[in-house]
Amino acid sequence: MARLNRKQIAWRVAQDIPEGAYVNLGIGAPEMVANYLPDDREVIIHSENGLLGMGPTPPPGEENPDLINAGKKPVTLLNGGSISHHTDSFAMIRGGHIDICVLGAFQIAQNGDLANWATLDNSRPPGVGGAMDLAVGAKDVFVITDHCTRDGQAKLLEQCSYPLTGTGVVTRVYSDHALIDVRDNSFTVREIADGISYDDLNDITGAELIFADDCATLQTPAL
Amino acid sequence: MIDKRVYDFDTALDGMKDGATIMSAGFGAAGAPQELLEAVLDRGYRDLVIISNNAGEGERGLILLLKERRIAKVICSFPTSSNSEITKELYSAGLLELEIVPQGTMSERMRAGGAGIGGFYTRTSVNTPLSEGKEVRTIDGEDYVLEYPLTAEFAFLKAREADRWGNLTYNLSARGFGPTMAMAADTTIVQVDRFVELGEIDPEQVITPGIYVDRVMEVEAS
Repeated sequence: MARLNRKQIAWRVAQDIPEGAYVNLGIGAPEMVANYLPDDREVIIHSENGLLGMGPTPPPGEENPDLINAGKKPVTLLNGGSISHHTDSFAMIRGGHIDICVLGAFQIAQNGDLANWATLDNSRPPGVGGAMDLAVGAKDVFVITDHCTRDGQAKLLEQCSYPLTGTGVVTRVYSDHALIDVRDNSFTVREIADGISYDDLNDITGAELIFADDCATLQTPAL
Repeated sequence: MIDKRVYDFDTALDGMKDGATIMSAGFGAAGAPQELLEAVLDRGYRDLVIISNNAGEGERGLILLLKERRIAKVICSFPTSSNSEITKELYSAGLLELEIVPQGTMSERMRAGGAGIGGFYTRTSVNTPLSEGKEVRTIDGEDYVLEYPLTAEFAFLKAREADRWGNLTYNLSARGFGPTMAMAADTTIVQVDRFVELGEIDPEQVITPGIYVDRVMEVEAS
């Protein structure tokens, strides 16, 4: 089966980010989306710690410890970029000004519920960061995820069993197997990776899947 | 003559006591007032309640206070950092109380505290474990949860420039929680890279007006 790697998933997300969008990219795999935005599109990236118009990683030796992203890694600002203090930065999120946020997930339910901040393991301290604000505040919530956990458990479910981040918030899931819209209380498969059958996908999904009439092959470059 | 400049940590920390509640600015290490926190450590204060986005980063400031067991409780959005295990160790051993607050809610609660707002309704955390026991109200068909203001006895900030009135500028993403925490504490103490003369900061460039600031101290990064 031709599963997508993380770079390919990030590439596929990037193709869906329209010209002029204000986008927040979560920590980890979502950060990679910035690397694959088409050159002919102007997209403004927001980072929760007060950056709007965030640019790429600086070359070695040019890092500024006071210019970091939400993942606390060194970044740059584009011409036209701006700095806000935290409360204003979160007003952009909570006030519905961010068009798209891209997040990771532990579990996604068919009604759009998202669980991505805590598991049922209480031995580790939980941390929520800005995930709950992003989940309810962004107009669209895209999720990048493997279709299953490392030990083969389904992550797309009828109902989440982990503590929720937000309810009814996810609009689209980009997994290593498929591109799936979340709407009308169901998962609709729009694209499926090459070599993966509908049965294969049903077997690794914990909820009913609807296959769109025009369900296409999920195509990405080799990355 | 108003002069908020101080020249040593003892004066900067006047009024500090065991059990104090301290807001500590900074997102990770950016904007973290490490030298002020370490001056608290050096003076032996304990049972502190810290309000900060992260429970420390690296090997400075809050991490050192945690290691010396000076902190009883941290109110934060994301306690752990990629380069320290101490928060996890203390929490697992039951030696540290953590209150997890969504980052935007934490920030807005501080703003409410500083702006005289008795509470606000937000959609963030509705139907999650972090809104358990809180009042929910339906406004225009959407559920919102009631959140109360967050204040503290002290706020510690790191800024770039300060004048003797306490007007502040910051440096890029080191601005972070500084302007909001400055409003929300009884006593706001700021370590700055450099003092400037009154009038040197263009009024349009003052990020935190001095009314929110009590003491400023020039501190060379260590």
